[in-house]
Amino acid sequence: MNNNKKNISSSKTDNSSPSGEVGRGVAAIQYIDLYRECRDMIAEHSASLLNAPREQALADFERLGFPTQKEERYKYTDVAAAFAPDYGLNLQHIDIPIDPYQVFRCDVPNLSTSLYFVVNDRFYDKALPKAMLPEGVLVMSLLEAAVKYPELIGKYYAKQARTHKDGINALNTMFCQDGLFIYVPKGVVVTRPIQIVNILRADVDLMVNRRVLIVVEEQAEACVLFCDHAIDDHQFLTTQISEVYIGENAHLELYELEETHVKNHRFANMYVDQQRSSSATIDSITLHNGLTRNRTDVTLSGEYAETNMYGCVIADKQQHVDNNTLIDHRVSNCQSNELYKYVLDDEAVGAFAGRVLVRENAQKTVSQETNANLCATDTARMYTQPMLEIYADDVKCSHGSTVGQLNEQALFYMRQRGIPEAEARMLLKFAFAGEVLDSIKMEPLRDRLHHLVEKRFRGELSKCEGCRLCK
Amino acid sequence: MLEIRDLHASIDGKEILKGINLTIKDGEVHALMGQNGAGKSTLSNIIVGHPAYEVTQGSIVFNGQDLLAMAPEERAHAGIFLSFQQPVEIPGVSMTNFMRAALNAKRKAQGLEPLNATDFLKMMRERRKIVELDNKLANRSVNEGFSGGEKKRNEIFQMAMLEPTFSILDETDSGLDVDALRIVAEGFNKLRTPQTSALVITHYQRLLDYLKPDIIHVLIGGQIVYTGGPEVATMIEESGFDQFIR
Repeated sequence: MNNNKKNISSSKTDNSSPSGEVGRGVAAIQYIDLYRECRDMIAEHSASLLNAPREQALADFERLGFPTQKEERYKYTDVAAAFAPDYGLNLQHIDIPIDPYQVFRCDVPNLSTSLYFVVNDRFYDKALPKAMLPEGVLVMSLLEAAVKYPELIGKYYAKQARTHKDGINALNTMFCQDGLFIYVPKGVVVTRPIQIVNILRADVDLMVNRRVLIVVEEQAEACVLFCDHAIDDHQFLTTQISEVYIGENAHLELYELEETHVKNHRFANMYVDQQRSSSATIDSITLHNGLTRNRTDVTLSGEYAETNMYGCVIADKQQHVDNNTLIDHRVSNCQSNELYKYVLDDEAVGAFAGRVLVRENAQKTVSQETNANLCATDTARMYTQPMLEIYADDVKCSHGSTVGQLNEQALFYMRQRGIPEAEARMLLKFAFAGEVLDSIKMEPLRDRLHHLVEKRFRGELSKCEGCRLCK
Repeated sequence: MLEIRDLHASIDGKEILKGINLTIKDGEVHALMGQNGAGKSTLSNIIVGHPAYEVTQGSIVFNGQDLLAMAPEERAHAGIFLSFQQPVEIPGVSMTNFMRAALNAKRKAQGLEPLNATDFLKMMRERRKIVELDNKLANRSVNEGFSGGEKKRNEIFQMAMLEPTFSILDETDSGLDVDALRIVAEGFNKLRTPQTSALVITHYQRLLDYLKPDIIHVLIGGQIVYTGGPEVATMIEESGFDQFIR
């Protein structure tokens, strides 16, 4: 793989490049040059539907560059710095030697799922689980789907994740060649959760540009669990753009669990569109990471739709977790409920910015947004920014946030009963985070997460469980 | 059991206790009475090792051990228990997990194996009855949503679980109605043995009528100014604390 990868460093030294304008920054320029150099190779190893928006994305990226911290939605994370180092990209679609079933043992016992793997940006199809999916349901490579089901992909791909405003969307659209496609046709109820394990695997520092498309048609139901792992001790940088469509009366539960390592950088933008009377539960749990920036935008397009968004972050060392959300109430009679909780230790940095937008005609909106944070040390930092923007006059909305320390009185009470200080602190942190975990409807997953979070607080989960590194 | 010698203590630089001497023997129940601000709660907080209080002089020896050198949890393992004046609510920590953690920490300190789940739950069931604590409360978060009376009953329940040798009841009677007071006091009496002793802090005779202390101390201005038998409670009830001010 080493010999075949395109390394950014080859183009980085070329300062005389015509794209070398001031303002966009060196980090952006190297990707522009790389794209120009490799655009044919990128296209050759992808599909025409994925290739179609690339040139527009390039034009947008040339104009935008990487978002700077002057931009409202990127205030808390230095994007360009994360993209500046040299990463290899596997643009030639070279096979990665791996048997995910060997390196990954399922971390969630008693949870019976339809298990699939995505290695870097490629759907692993060499050994698929025995078909347990109802007829018509698809879980497959996005690239393959773009060839086999062009109408379906053409209808949904790159429609929500626009490139004209967000540099990361633009960059991902330029480079992405594959990813995951999940399709649940009209009226189909998938009872068994679909579990997708994203594995980052490389022998060099690697950049992955992955794409996810989930379509749940009207009256369909599904539950999808993503688990992010990085199994090699290299620097990883992932951009993942997800587009999710939830049709009328359809219901989707979506869980994302990150359990990577400190050398991982994750930039994930998710766009969710909800039609009338649909419901979405979106749970994002960062258990272990390096630098993470999750953007989640939900558009309530149809009346009587309901969104429940939860987030739980546990960070220590110098980990950085930035969640940025938007819930856009475009029509009336929708409900949204958002709860994010952070527990920060050591010198960890957390950021939460959640905007709830209630548009003029979104009457009878009910919305609640809460962000509560615990800084367990003097050196941990939390930035919180709940935002509520209301243009309708008949709504019930609230928002709030808190940043605090462990309750000293509770701590002393517990110690008086004989619970050692470290254990008491752990129990209090665990209790704090527990509220979010309790929102998980999938019981085995909820139990498992309680267990993992407890282990995490006990310091027994220094990397990620279920990976080769930790065995 | 407990021997306090010339104890001086302050909080935020202000001296509250000004030379306390107090000896409590095995099997004895002592009461400590005094006006608000006399230093009663300060004394109990110092015995259990609250970090906000600073001991500036003196010593406390508990069964031969230098208590002031021990961490709060070590004092608990040694057998000291405080029934808090204001029990703390701990949302998200269930009574069961809390009690299990406390009990097993104590057992570990004693070199015992953790109690298995069946025995532990059986013990919870049995000890709950002592203070008529509802099972529903035992399944909730620690003290969360408990009424004032339930919180106090929960304190005595925890005492029953942890089986301390020396207990402090810090105004356990405050905020209790007659029935709750009786339940709490009877619960405490059931737990008494010739090997256990207690210090009961109160303003009122009512609780002492149930607990029948052996010795009553009057604390004024950070010093014990009078020590006597059960009759002291009646003296205070009739004539207040002024009679003790020299």
